Amino acid sequence: MNMIKKMKMMVMVMMMVIVSEGSMIEQTCKETPDFNLCVSLLDSDSRSSSADISGLALILIDKIKGLTTKTLNEINGLYKKRPEMKRALDECSRRYKTILNADVPEAIEAISKGVPKFGEDGVIDAGVEASACERGFKGKSPLTSLTKSMQKISNVTRAIVRMLL
Amino acid sequence: MASSDALLPISAGEEDPLSPYTQLSDGSRSDPNLEAHRRRRPVKGLLAVSFGLLFIASYVALIATHDGSRSNDAAIETDETAAKTSRARLAGVSEKRNYQFWKLSGDRNTPAFAWNNSMLSWQRTAFHFQPEQNWMNDPNGPLFYKGWYHFFYQYNPNAAVWGDIVWGHAVSKDLIHWVHLPIAMVADQWYDANGVWTGSATFLSDGSIVMLYTGSTDKSVQVQNLAYPEDRNDPLLLKWVKYSGNPVLVPPPGILPKDFRDPTTAWKTSAGKWRITIGSKINRTGISLVYDTTDFKTYEKLDTLLHRVPNTGMWECVDFYPVSKTAVNGLDTSVNGADVKHIVKASMDDTRIDHYAVGTYFDSNGTWIPDDPSIDVGMSTSLRYDYGKFYASKTFYDQNKGRRILWGWIGESDSEDADVQKGWSSLQSIPRTVVLDTKTGKNLVQWPVEEIKSLRLSSKKFDIEVGPGSVVPVDVDSATQLDIEAEFEIKKESLDKILGDASVVAEAEEFSCEKSGGSSVRGALGPFGFSVLADKSLSEQTPVYFYVAKGKDSKLKAFFCIDTSRSSFANDVVKPIYGSVVPVLKGEKLTMRILVDHSIVEAFGQGGRTCITSRVYPTNAIYGAAKLFLFNNAIDATVTASFRVWQMNSAFIHPYFEEAVHALSRT
Repeated sequence: MNMIKKMKMMVMVMMMVIVSEGSMIEQTCKETPDFNLCVSLLDSDSRSSSADISGLALILIDKIKGLTTKTLNEINGLYKKRPEMKRALDECSRRYKTILNADVPEAIEAISKGVPKFGEDGVIDAGVEASACERGFKGKSPLTSLTKSMQKISNVTRAIVRMLL
Repeated sequence: MASSDALLPISAGEEDPLSPYTQLSDGSRSDPNLEAHRRRRPVKGLLAVSFGLLFIASYVALIATHDGSRSNDAAIETDETAAKTSRARLAGVSEKRNYQFWKLSGDRNTPAFAWNNSMLSWQRTAFHFQPEQNWMNDPNGPLFYKGWYHFFYQYNPNAAVWGDIVWGHAVSKDLIHWVHLPIAMVADQWYDANGVWTGSATFLSDGSIVMLYTGSTDKSVQVQNLAYPEDRNDPLLLKWVKYSGNPVLVPPPGILPKDFRDPTTAWKTSAGKWRITIGSKINRTGISLVYDTTDFKTYEKLDTLLHRVPNTGMWECVDFYPVSKTAVNGLDTSVNGADVKHIVKASMDDTRIDHYAVGTYFDSNGTWIPDDPSIDVGMSTSLRYDYGKFYASKTFYDQNKGRRILWGWIGESDSEDADVQKGWSSLQSIPRTVVLDTKTGKNLVQWPVEEIKSLRLSSKKFDIEVGPGSVVPVDVDSATQLDIEAEFEIKKESLDKILGDASVVAEAEEFSCEKSGGSSVRGALGPFGFSVLADKSLSEQTPVYFYVAKGKDSKLKAFFCIDTSRSSFANDVVKPIYGSVVPVLKGEKLTMRILVDHSIVEAFGQGGRTCITSRVYPTNAIYGAAKLFLFNNAIDATVTASFRVWQMNSAFIHPYFEEAVHALSRT
């Protein structure tokens, strides 16, 4: 009886932890423009459970990085399929490389070192580059869902980075 | 998605015996069974109680370690308060309209814009300080020594975005013609391994220099470090030595490790000690900590703060200095007395705005109070050095010419992709003298240093009467490097007519440059001014203008604005409308000065009472296609403009090579 009660105590503690961690993510995501997106991005990452707000921001920046790589691969594939779109694809390729090589490292360094405002700049810029890429297709973009994703993730991440200011 | 619902499947399957334990922890309900158990088996009850306490303790411990940025208070109540505060703070941050979502301008179908090298290379300035390439931010440790003005700055040697920060260095004889020097300090110690950040210089009584700067340690803790020139006899101060006992200051109790940066120049107290201030924050209250020292190696922290203002967030790049109430010269940082007011300035991390206030300093306890608390440092209504793009500014006392000089970091307003393409990012403002406005006593006045006049080449003088709704091309040949000084007067007949006309609604109380809709929106008495960096058809233009508005008391109020909303076809640049009210005293004409230097426009209203810096990136109005126009968009009023336009030479800022330095030292 004693043993069972002990076990139940442990389970209780663990559940309280899970609830409270869920609350931390939820509380943070409530203050972003896209609660559902925010929660789904963070929940899908095991690092979220032990992260503070800085950590959550860094996880989202990692998502930005992943999305950037994915989009660059998509762009590369499109050169063969849509050769008439070469100029727009070139523009997108360059802009997404900026996200990968400039925005993401800038944001990671800034947030890790406690000067989040430069991180905010990098995160905002990821959305800017995605929008500029999208516009290059003059309404006929083959990348719309990817660029829209980037804009949304950028907005959510920015809101979290601002909490660090 | 984690939620409390997820628990039900687990708990529903459990027996009731779970519940006495939950009740025990929150103490709000009592379980009669448990009471019975206690009477019959006290040991069991004791065990239950101790489990409850263990539960509470482990719960608290887990919360405390997860909420890594908060202090470790043991009681649950305190944690709940902390959680509430953070929720409130989160809510506060999102409620504060201090940022807007950055959206590309135009609708989705606006054709996108591709920068070409011609457009991008035009953007580089001719006479504003900038390194040869890569990223720059805050001005650091400006000083005058052995005939040279020194300028240090936050610099990324590796990229055109912020990162890997070291101290760049340059020297000049006149604050305008610069020679780049080798990097002064790199991140080579554990105490600045993650960044050699902003700092300030102090001259000791024997004329030697000490530099205090913030280091981001190998664990990303912000600390203050001491450095000094390796060779006092080197006028170029090429090499710097870091004190072996660094860091000299670490974040004090109650201050978070990432909220402690940007030490100021020191000033002498009446007790004969040196005193510095360092910005920080406690929750959302911006504060400035005060330390006294005799040797810059050991410090005593004062119990008092220099100042604090709630709801302003982190104070970066705090600056503190005296200004004369009567004279127009600058003052050494240590000057104090009846004839003097003190300025507290801080850069607001939340909003990227530099604010200052005029007030009184009390040396006995190192505190300062503003003359007008309703416009205290950091409040949305408080005064700014500059109503445009201008941040992390810093002043120094120029003992060479008895001036206080202001440097400000002017970032880009374009995409980082463009910065990467063009290979650089950011400028410094033209150095400005700063004095108290002896006529109003309530604000500072800034003006580009006199030495900039050495760049003036040929000029043309104009006197033009501009009727309502007209645009006049100003024939000045090239229009990308200009210095314009202008005086405007609204014709008396127009003024009388409008003041006397009751149907002309008072609008001064509601008007703001930012919300006005820009210079194309016509009012009774404005807007009027210049359109710079405009192409022939005015499809791209940057108006710099006055808007005079009638107030409820029938008095007139003048606003000084820059409208960048039509400055460029590009939709991946930021194009705000900047500006502010500008005090105009009785008998004064409306005056403005504009420095146009490629992608930067610096404008000064009423002799520098209101200053606005903006970055613009035209795509057509570049090189020979850039023109200058005079305009008057008022509905009824006629305006006379009396002005002179100078062509400005390049400052020929030199890369480092020894011959260049020798050449300058001979001048």
